[in-house]
Amino acid sequence: MRHTISVLVDNEFGVLSKVSSLFSGRGFNIESLCVAETLDPKVSRMTIVTTGDDQIVEQITKQLNKLINVIKVSDLTAEEHIERELAMIKVNANADDRAEILSVIDIFRGKVVDVSPTTYTIEMTGDAEKVNAITELLRPFGIKEIVRTGKIAMARSPKSGK
Amino acid sequence: MKKTGAQIFLESLLKEGVDTIFGYPGGAVLPIYDALYGVTALKHILVRHEQGAVHMADGYARASGKPGVVLVTSGPGATNTVTGIATAYMDSIPIVVFTGQVPTALIGNDAFQEADIVGITRPCTKHNYLVKDIKDLTRIIKEAFYIAATGRPGPVLVDIPKDVLTASTEFKYPEKVELKSYQPTYKGHIGQIKKAVELIIKAKRPVLYTGGGVVLSDASGELKVFAEKMNIPVTNTLMGLGGFPGTHPLFLGMLGMHGTYCANMAVTNTDCLIAVGARFDDRVTGKIDEFAPFAKVIHIDIDPTSISKNVRVDVPIVGDVKSVLKDMLKALDETKGRSNAERGNEKAQKDALAEWYGQIKQWGDTHKLSYKLNEKKIKPQYVIERLYDLTKGNAIITTEVGQNQMWAAQFYKFDKPRTFLTSGGLGTMGYGFPAAIGAQFAFPDKTVIDIAGDGSIQMNIQELATAVQYKLPVKVAILNNKFLGMVRQWQEFFYEKRYSYACMDAAPDFVKVAEAYGAVGLRATKPEDVDGVIKEALAVKNKPVFMDFHIDREEDVYPMVPAGQPLNKMLLV
Repeated sequence: MRHTISVLVDNEFGVLSKVSSLFSGRGFNIESLCVAETLDPKVSRMTIVTTGDDQIVEQITKQLNKLINVIKVSDLTAEEHIERELAMIKVNANADDRAEILSVIDIFRGKVVDVSPTTYTIEMTGDAEKVNAITELLRPFGIKEIVRTGKIAMARSPKSGK
Repeated sequence: MKKTGAQIFLESLLKEGVDTIFGYPGGAVLPIYDALYGVTALKHILVRHEQGAVHMADGYARASGKPGVVLVTSGPGATNTVTGIATAYMDSIPIVVFTGQVPTALIGNDAFQEADIVGITRPCTKHNYLVKDIKDLTRIIKEAFYIAATGRPGPVLVDIPKDVLTASTEFKYPEKVELKSYQPTYKGHIGQIKKAVELIIKAKRPVLYTGGGVVLSDASGELKVFAEKMNIPVTNTLMGLGGFPGTHPLFLGMLGMHGTYCANMAVTNTDCLIAVGARFDDRVTGKIDEFAPFAKVIHIDIDPTSISKNVRVDVPIVGDVKSVLKDMLKALDETKGRSNAERGNEKAQKDALAEWYGQIKQWGDTHKLSYKLNEKKIKPQYVIERLYDLTKGNAIITTEVGQNQMWAAQFYKFDKPRTFLTSGGLGTMGYGFPAAIGAQFAFPDKTVIDIAGDGSIQMNIQELATAVQYKLPVKVAILNNKFLGMVRQWQEFFYEKRYSYACMDAAPDFVKVAEAYGAVGLRATKPEDVDGVIKEALAVKNKPVFMDFHIDREEDVYPMVPAGQPLNKMLLV
């Protein structure tokens, strides 16, 4: 099963490779990984998407916790959370297709961020399914390039507001 | 007053209570070696190969309980330490390895003697550092020693560029460590402890399975009290030997691939397996699905990742073995009135326990560890037995890896912790001799013996010069069969005696080798020579001794559980 694991780490050089070499060295699988600084500049957050049965995911979280530079590990899969991914898609757009492409973008609430005589570059935000869906619809026009950030995720606040 | 990085480095070691460093100089660490010149408070041991330095620090740490310290140069100096570091990592041994590095401005330039040692050792250190600024030096050294020795211990590497050693700043050593992300759990969860105690009280066929964690947390006293109080038989892993007295009536011997018949049968049939500081290694469990199939499993370990990694555990207890055993004893006392009453009422359980002890005794009696004495050929087991008798069981024993290691584990009875030093996890040939040298530095007056094979002794034989230089009376008992014995044994059992490259016909004359280095060389070729050679070796007080025992070439280690088989499927003598 797929798990989204959020990891707070020391914002130091070498930490990313400690985390990634843990995954490769122990045969764990990484589907995507995002890293950026948090409000506290000494701390970064990694969002890692991985797959494995319960025992493997338990090992992954334990092994991550064991790294000295890891401050906190939470498996968001078990709790209410929001996931987003950003994709930039450069698609062929000749005069005949432009209107149709724009309507697809509109339906998905994407944005055209760059235009050339023959292409559109589209910014698309959403969960992985949404990004996959627009990719499929744009594919017939000819996708020249696609860049995806991988998933970021955040736990929802409790509904009671506490 | 400002001090250089090199001076700060040495002062920091003194603050950490270090008295011995194992090292080898080179370009990148010359500032440290210059600062060391004439210093007497720190003893620097000049080794002959950096791998030897790490094994020495490891042997020093295992024997004394204090972290071992290594100092080497950049590039090849650093890469030569890797096997030693991986050895310490697999067995959770606290060592701190300092490597020189090219100046920060040159890092990444493929400079002379540059190696990304922090990258190379990432998977085999508990933690590692590259010091980029002299202002971080004292903090990092303090953290390195703290991380190495606390929690589940392990090796820490600190890589120091040359310009950091020559820069200067004020020396102020931090009072304490502030690591918010590293807080090992020492105290076990009391609810879990009570649950475990309930299981143990009700168990009809209990067994304690104890490992290196007992030795590392100095918990052998608590373990003995616990086992005696509940009258529970004990089996040790290879790493656990000495953690429970080898001559104790409750001791079943080692378990696993070359464990005793009794220990393996007991573990296969137990209904309550209490794993203490052990990690269910494949050499211990055999076929994992059929390991302790009837047992409720209690697992005490300081490292949460060890728990439920290989086997399903019913009652996990994360914590320091010593602290948890103490709390379990307390919990037992609290339930005592009730539990004794319960036990008294339950005659069935009393009978079951009596039957269990009877069964264990029968297993122990039917298949004792044994071998066939021979009048003409020296049996390796006989050599170990004679070493045991003639040292009255008081020596510190190190081993190499293979048959020598298994015979040492089976036939020398270890009554005290920290007297059996062996590479259990990584299985490093070439470990035993330098480890013996390290142990001898920690205990100059004790008898230290490396039990070796003719193959493995050649993997770090250059350290003979180190032992001669420091006048160390380390003994090496070479069980010489002109074979890589364990490889040959596997080829005999599983590859139809096709002895592919297992033969070491061109081994050197070890007596002459010893003499060439300025050590003592002795040889025994007949059983009646053995005692004389051992006695003569034990009498040598100021130089190392090689004892070259020409043993029966095709002797095998029994019992043996073939890899992947369940523990009760043993090949017996």
